[in-house]
Amino acid sequence: MFPCTPPGTGIYDEMLLQDGSVREHYAAYWKWLNQRPLEEMERKRREAELLFHRVGITFAVYGESRGTERLIPFDSLPRIIPAQEWSALEEGIRQRVLALNMFLHDIYHDQRIIREGRLPAEQVFGNAHYQPCMQDVNLPNDIYAQISGVDLIRDDSGNWFVLEDNLRTPSGVSYMIENRRMMMRLFPELFSTNPVAPVDHYPSLLLETLQQGSFVSHPNVVLLTPGRYNSAYFEHAFLAQQMGIELVEGADLFVKDGHVFMRTTAGPQRVDVIYRRIDDDYLDPLAFRQDSALGVPGLLSVYREGNVAIANAVGTGVADDKSIYPYVPDMIRFYLDEEPILHNVPTWQCRNPKELDHVLHHLPDLVVKEVHGAGGYGMLVGPASTAEQIAQFRERLKARPDNYIAQPTLSLSTCPIFTAAGIAPRHIDLRPFVLSGRDIRMVPGGLTRVAMQQGSLVVNSSQGGGTKDTWVLEEPSC
Amino acid sequence: MLSRTAAELYWLSRYLERAENTARMLDVAWNLSLIPFSVTARDELSAPLIISGSMERYLETHGTLQVHNVLHFFTFDQDNPGSIYNSLRIARENAHAVRGKITSEMWEGINTTWIELQEMSSAGLLSIGVSSFFDWVKQRSHLFRGAAYGTIMRNDAFRFLRIGTFIERADNTARILGVRQQADTASDSSAVQFYRWNALLRSVGAFEAYREIYSDSISFDNIAELLILRAEMPRSLRSCVEMLCELLPTIEGNAGINAKRQAAVLFARMRYGDIDHIMNVGVQEYLEDFLRRINELADTLRQDYLEVL
Repeated sequence: MFPCTPPGTGIYDEMLLQDGSVREHYAAYWKWLNQRPLEEMERKRREAELLFHRVGITFAVYGESRGTERLIPFDSLPRIIPAQEWSALEEGIRQRVLALNMFLHDIYHDQRIIREGRLPAEQVFGNAHYQPCMQDVNLPNDIYAQISGVDLIRDDSGNWFVLEDNLRTPSGVSYMIENRRMMMRLFPELFSTNPVAPVDHYPSLLLETLQQGSFVSHPNVVLLTPGRYNSAYFEHAFLAQQMGIELVEGADLFVKDGHVFMRTTAGPQRVDVIYRRIDDDYLDPLAFRQDSALGVPGLLSVYREGNVAIANAVGTGVADDKSIYPYVPDMIRFYLDEEPILHNVPTWQCRNPKELDHVLHHLPDLVVKEVHGAGGYGMLVGPASTAEQIAQFRERLKARPDNYIAQPTLSLSTCPIFTAAGIAPRHIDLRPFVLSGRDIRMVPGGLTRVAMQQGSLVVNSSQGGGTKDTWVLEEPSC
Repeated sequence: MLSRTAAELYWLSRYLERAENTARMLDVAWNLSLIPFSVTARDELSAPLIISGSMERYLETHGTLQVHNVLHFFTFDQDNPGSIYNSLRIARENAHAVRGKITSEMWEGINTTWIELQEMSSAGLLSIGVSSFFDWVKQRSHLFRGAAYGTIMRNDAFRFLRIGTFIERADNTARILGVRQQADTASDSSAVQFYRWNALLRSVGAFEAYREIYSDSISFDNIAELLILRAEMPRSLRSCVEMLCELLPTIEGNAGINAKRQAAVLFARMRYGDIDHIMNVGVQEYLEDFLRRINELADTLRQDYLEVL
């Protein structure tokens, strides 16, 4: 049998049961793996690393010297989700994203949810990501977040939870596609025996979604990147190339006579849709941060006139903030009159004195996050921290309680990865990507992120996390 | 095409061509420095510094002309903007910025070049072997050009890559010829003369071509004709300008009228030029005029296509 470290007790493992047997949907893969010597998997791992390096699938790390590039660790043991389970998940995700888009439309128009007392007004209007300039701006199909990523995790019983919503500029989809291509290159035989749902058509779905977000027919779509030193630059270039659209920087665009143009070798050319991968704050130095060199002066006024579409819309950050997160299940009830299919992780809002009190008494057991934080920065994982770290965090928490939320430390499910000594369990999450245009579209699966260190719960690539290919298996294999 | 993209493609190929030219020039200097003519050894070492206009910068750091210092200065010296290391670094950075506009084979080619260069840089020139390093640089340049020829669509991306190559190559050939002909003094023995001309021809990869075209012994008039006016010689000034003249009108759109005219005027001068006339004017004067014109063309290209305001 292939050398194997069993999953930890009290932890849900995607592949192995506590008694060491494999789950049914992994049976075919497990049988295949056991015919492979350990050395072959090690050789394939090195081959994959070489290919990723050569192709330049890298990301830049902030805080390291300018232009430092690293590989995101890739593990070739797939994370498998049976099709039935996926379709239930997909239904829940669609429901959630639909409600979030309705919420955004509501708060930038009638604000029904606030007037009817379902959400405290200060949670919206006091939010740094709320953009008053979006009030009464009408968008095609009333869609604000054309591209969303919903982060999902499973607890020790295997129940799914939404950890957070990403409605600004969710990244990682290029790794989803490249991981699949890499797997098909390394192990073509696996794909002839396992009916894996394809993901390679994502860029064409994305392009259609972006085109649907324009008021004009046959729009000229561009992707706006902060530039080659951005951590996700690979993804920006990859998506632009796959969609066959221009990859532009702020300096390539300018505003004239109420429209946006790009500078080309054949003169100015009009731009109708901007898939932007830069934050609201940097979009337009005339409207937001004046020191921004990444944006386009005057862009916002063209946008408000409806002469250019921006995806995602300005001001979506107010809906994916961790302080709004606790209200999402209620949004689903409010806008759709449905019960939420997917559950939230129980969350304490430190802005409420009672809840803060609870959090302060249970810090060693909790995960505490900044409400506006992302990327795994500025958080406390209680069980993994020293008494000193906890004491320091306690002071920060007391100083600005409304800046934090707390959640129980969920164990997160594990999935085995390849190590030098065989396979061993590591914690994972899942980020499916959701495209909202005239209708909502998804490719099956998403990006599985892995905490590569034993016992670690932090899956963010900026913190050394890795990725896996995610398979939605069309039917149980035998 | 985006002006910025065009600029990045243009500089990508200019810097790659520059790395290749530097390797050619240094390979010859290194080989000749091994030949025991004290006069030539010194000249050969200083030639690359004069041609690239970096003598002052070199002397500031190193003081005297030492073969290994000169080699390091032009290969792995990260403080010398004209080193092969920096040329390839900038070429690769530009490729990175336009990786969506070049084919994956081109990108993988130049990215692998960069990864291997860093390994070589830490190993050091002597452990790699001086000549094998220069061969490697030339081969990587050939590989990229071959990948470009074999895989990229014949669109503006391809054209701006080619334009960058020919601007850089014309500038390089003109500089080499200019510096080398100044070193031509009547007092030299015929053996010294032979090695000088030999070096000049080999540094632009024209030694075999010379032998094929001119059966008589090597003379400067013939070399000048070969490197300035000959259409068959891919590194001659005429060939470079002819390619620029062909490429510019095929760029999409109606921009660049000034660049097109300047290229056409320059080409007409070469197409109907004549070596006796050039010798009468003086090769030095002719080359200075050419360099002024080719750099003017590069400036116009920048204004017309690459930095559109």
